[in-house]
Amino acid sequence: MALVASTRSRSTWQRVTRSPPSIVLAFVWIAIMVVIAVTANHLAPYDTAATDLGARLRPPVFMSGGDWNHILGTDQLGRDTFSRLVLSVRASMTIAIISTFIAAAIGIVLGFVAAHSRGRLEQIILMLIDAQAAIPFMIVALAVLAFFGNSLVLFTVLLGFYGWERIARLCRGLALSASEQGYTIAVRDIGASPVRVYAMHILPNVASSLIVAMTLNLPEVILLETSLSFLGLGVQPPLSSLGNMVGAARDYMERAPWLVLAPSAVIMFTALAISIIGDWFRDLTDPAGESAR
Amino acid sequence: MMLEFFFTRGLRALATLLLIVTITFVVLRLSGDPAINILGLDASDEAIREFRRSWGLDQSIWVQYVRYLQAVIEGNLGRSMLDGRSAVDAVIERLPATLSIMVPGFVLQLVVGIPAGILSALRRNTWLDRLVMTSSVVCFTMPGFVFALLLVMVFAVTLHWLPSGGAGTLAHLVLPVLTMGFFGAATLARFTRSAVVDVLGQPHIRAATLRGIPRRRIVLLHVVPNAALPVVTIIGLMLGGLVAGAVITESVFSWPGIGRLLVTSVASRDLAVVQTILLMVGTAMVLANFCVDLAYGFLDPRLRHGQGNSANKG
Amino acid sequence: MPSFLEVQGLTKHFSVRSGAGLFSPRIPLKAVDDVSFSLKKGETLGVVGESGCGKSTTGRLVLGMMAPTHGSILLDGTAVHTRHDAVWRAQRQRMQMVYQDPVSFLDRRLPVGRQVMEPLTVHSIGSSVAERREKAEALFSVVGLRPDQFASYPHELSGGQRQRVILARALVLDPELLVCDEPVSALDVSVGAQVVNLLKDVQLSRGLTYLFISHDLKIVRQVADRVIVMYLGRIVEEAATQELFQQPVHPYTRALMSAVPSLKPHPQRRLSIQGSPPNPMQVPNGCVFHPRCPRASKLCQTERPELRNIAANRSVACHHPEDTTVSSPRKLETI
Ligand SMILES: Nc1ncnc2c1ncn2[C@@H]1O[C@H](COP(=O)(O)OP(=O)(O)OP(=O)(O)O)[C@@H](O)[C@H]1O
Ligand code: SF4
Ligand SMILES: [Mg+2]
Repeated sequence: MALVASTRSRSTWQRVTRSPPSIVLAFVWIAIMVVIAVTANHLAPYDTAATDLGARLRPPVFMSGGDWNHILGTDQLGRDTFSRLVLSVRASMTIAIISTFIAAAIGIVLGFVAAHSRGRLEQIILMLIDAQAAIPFMIVALAVLAFFGNSLVLFTVLLGFYGWERIARLCRGLALSASEQGYTIAVRDIGASPVRVYAMHILPNVASSLIVAMTLNLPEVILLETSLSFLGLGVQPPLSSLGNMVGAARDYMERAPWLVLAPSAVIMFTALAISIIGDWFRDLTDPAGESAR
Repeated sequence: MMLEFFFTRGLRALATLLLIVTITFVVLRLSGDPAINILGLDASDEAIREFRRSWGLDQSIWVQYVRYLQAVIEGNLGRSMLDGRSAVDAVIERLPATLSIMVPGFVLQLVVGIPAGILSALRRNTWLDRLVMTSSVVCFTMPGFVFALLLVMVFAVTLHWLPSGGAGTLAHLVLPVLTMGFFGAATLARFTRSAVVDVLGQPHIRAATLRGIPRRRIVLLHVVPNAALPVVTIIGLMLGGLVAGAVITESVFSWPGIGRLLVTSVASRDLAVVQTILLMVGTAMVLANFCVDLAYGFLDPRLRHGQGNSANKG
Repeated sequence: MPSFLEVQGLTKHFSVRSGAGLFSPRIPLKAVDDVSFSLKKGETLGVVGESGCGKSTTGRLVLGMMAPTHGSILLDGTAVHTRHDAVWRAQRQRMQMVYQDPVSFLDRRLPVGRQVMEPLTVHSIGSSVAERREKAEALFSVVGLRPDQFASYPHELSGGQRQRVILARALVLDPELLVCDEPVSALDVSVGAQVVNLLKDVQLSRGLTYLFISHDLKIVRQVADRVIVMYLGRIVEEAATQELFQQPVHPYTRALMSAVPSLKPHPQRRLSIQGSPPNPMQVPNGCVFHPRCPRASKLCQTERPELRNIAANRSVACHHPEDTTVSSPRKLETI
């Protein structure tokens, strides 16, 4: 057994060192995004609320007419695009990460409760899962925003419902098989409470699958957040997010395409990088590739 | 076996529908005074009184619930705040516009996604495979609005070939349909590929190859039917993406369909319309999933021949 | 001396689907059927039988892990609790289980020391972590593990060491009764022998009572004072170990023993069990063993033999048991 473990970890290490450049690039990109998100306040050269009507729709430095004062140019109100981009990255990343953790929390609790309770409660949870999976989340999100209005907290919590049903389904399945394994039987036989069994034993044992599921959920939340913000129904000005930057720049597409392209590219690369990492991570923890998406 | 399967699935679909209506009811009640929410702040006192009476708002919550169910079944979901018309009428009026981009968009997804997936699987690890998979991954992580805006930039702003928005002529249809097609083709290609790869690896297919049966025959007679089962399942899930896609597409291209109506209604908090769209989409999705289940039942040999118990799972 | 553990008419029916379909009817599976025995303090009762005959189920029933369909279990005069409540939890301190498979019954994500401490944490024994740790470490030396292995993960230990961890975890609450469910069957013979010796040592030093489940007759012969032989959920023979191995009287017991070369009571042609292995969902009428029994008669197909005393402390459920007074069971050879 010890032998098996060591050969397995060696092959894992080989996978890391031999991984194709796309994965390295993805990690580098995410690292940059994280640094930007953390240091956004120091990184942004301008106050994002500062308008400068004399310097509207300036092109980026690499286009004719651009200069180093505004690396990525300015928007229709003369605000610095780079500064806004930096703060948008922070807003979008923070919302996506918090939301994914909320989804994970809901999914883990409901999945475990379903697995533990069996019977009627399980049926109710399964029905909720089915109902959530049946309706496109965007419609649900729009309806909730219509009924309850919009605020940053509400919006983040709302996005936290995205993907909970997949995580709940996964957790239920994992918990059902884990609860028939010796180690959980042994802990239950000791007299441990269900909470202890699930939190201290089953959760750590299923953590790797969960982290994969959360990683794969993250880019989808980013896309959803940016889409809703693009429609003007997500993050509200004056706070800027990648989506509402694109939405606001839409009308100036002809004169200032970079205003659309810069945040769009950031959204795409970030979502792409996280999915690449998620897929890679899944292959790593599940070499047989059993859990097809 | 088969009957049993359809029966349980039908029951489940009904239960899901009821759940959706119930949740809508709860949300409506939680969000404030439904009379004002549905009729609007500037509704006349008389209208509000009339509404309260007809929805039973002065009675117990159970009566209200039953009345609400009745209203939903009768299609009496309140009036739009904007023009005072029946919300159901306002939504149904927009249906043709939405279908006119959704149906061709869906066909486009199938026509592009499935062959791309099959080809990619048959030519595994060639440049073609890599091309299809890379573009599918890129599409998968590109937000729909970015794709739509790129189309506008290229074909409308730069080339001036096509209009950048609005409706009327066939030319107006092109970009929205392309956007809709884009929404699912990538997922479908990726999924079809893995389904076909799975089937190709099965012993009986390999045996057929060894027996010297022509490759095209094997693909058409053995691989495609076997791979159809998982692909049908994913198509059911894709319908949801289609609806979400319509919201984005119609907004970008100012297309006068239900998706755009939803966005404007959410922005102006026209709850009667939002509620109507929510219920309609919910119903459509549940029906679509039920149809997928039926198709699944016909395609799944275990169910067709009355063995196995996939209907039995949780 | 009154018996420490008293089991009367213990029966467990599982309800299982007869087929794979959604509406295929559920039928009862008699995993344990009318099992009675008693155990004195400090004694070891061996339970032997083929796979699926209900040994583990009996063990788990005795510990109150699940509710029996019928029957009673008295531990030291009080009924064993099966509802998972506070009483049940308190009961865990009196009896514990030692599991068969040391790999899967340990949590591979936790250091083994933490796992030995866990029962103390669960039952809030000891006032501080340090105190619990001390107690757990003391047990490490009792079961022969090195102190530096406290922080090891299960995969860093050998099979025998893992089984010692499981034993330490079972002992840390100072129980009086241990149900050992095939504790060494996953181990190599020599390692298993060491663990068996360890089990005997701790039994002596701590005055433990064992219910020792195994399909390995040689090990049962080493550790058990008395043995019950189970077949399809029922006891077919019970005797003191010495007597049972010298003179098995039930045809099934004889067949079991003849399958182990060194245990053959007398040098003779190997007598293998005939017929197909038993299906607990289709228990035969009459004697449950008759389809495979070389001595079966008409009576055996219709009438179920009761477990009856044939000598002091010796009982058998058979219409035609081997005669204990005849010393050489030569008759078998002629069958
Ligand atoms: N939870 C359960 N549900 C249904 N049937 C069960 C359950 N647990 C055990 N059984 C059945 O009861 C019978 C006895 O099982 P048990 O585990 O007690 O056998 P055993 O003698 O311990 O076998 P082994 O030597 O293989 O461990 C088996 O036929 C088994 O399939
Ligand atoms: S009762 Fe008959 S069938 Fe059963 S064991 Fe005895 S001799 Fe064999
Ligand atoms: Mg067992």
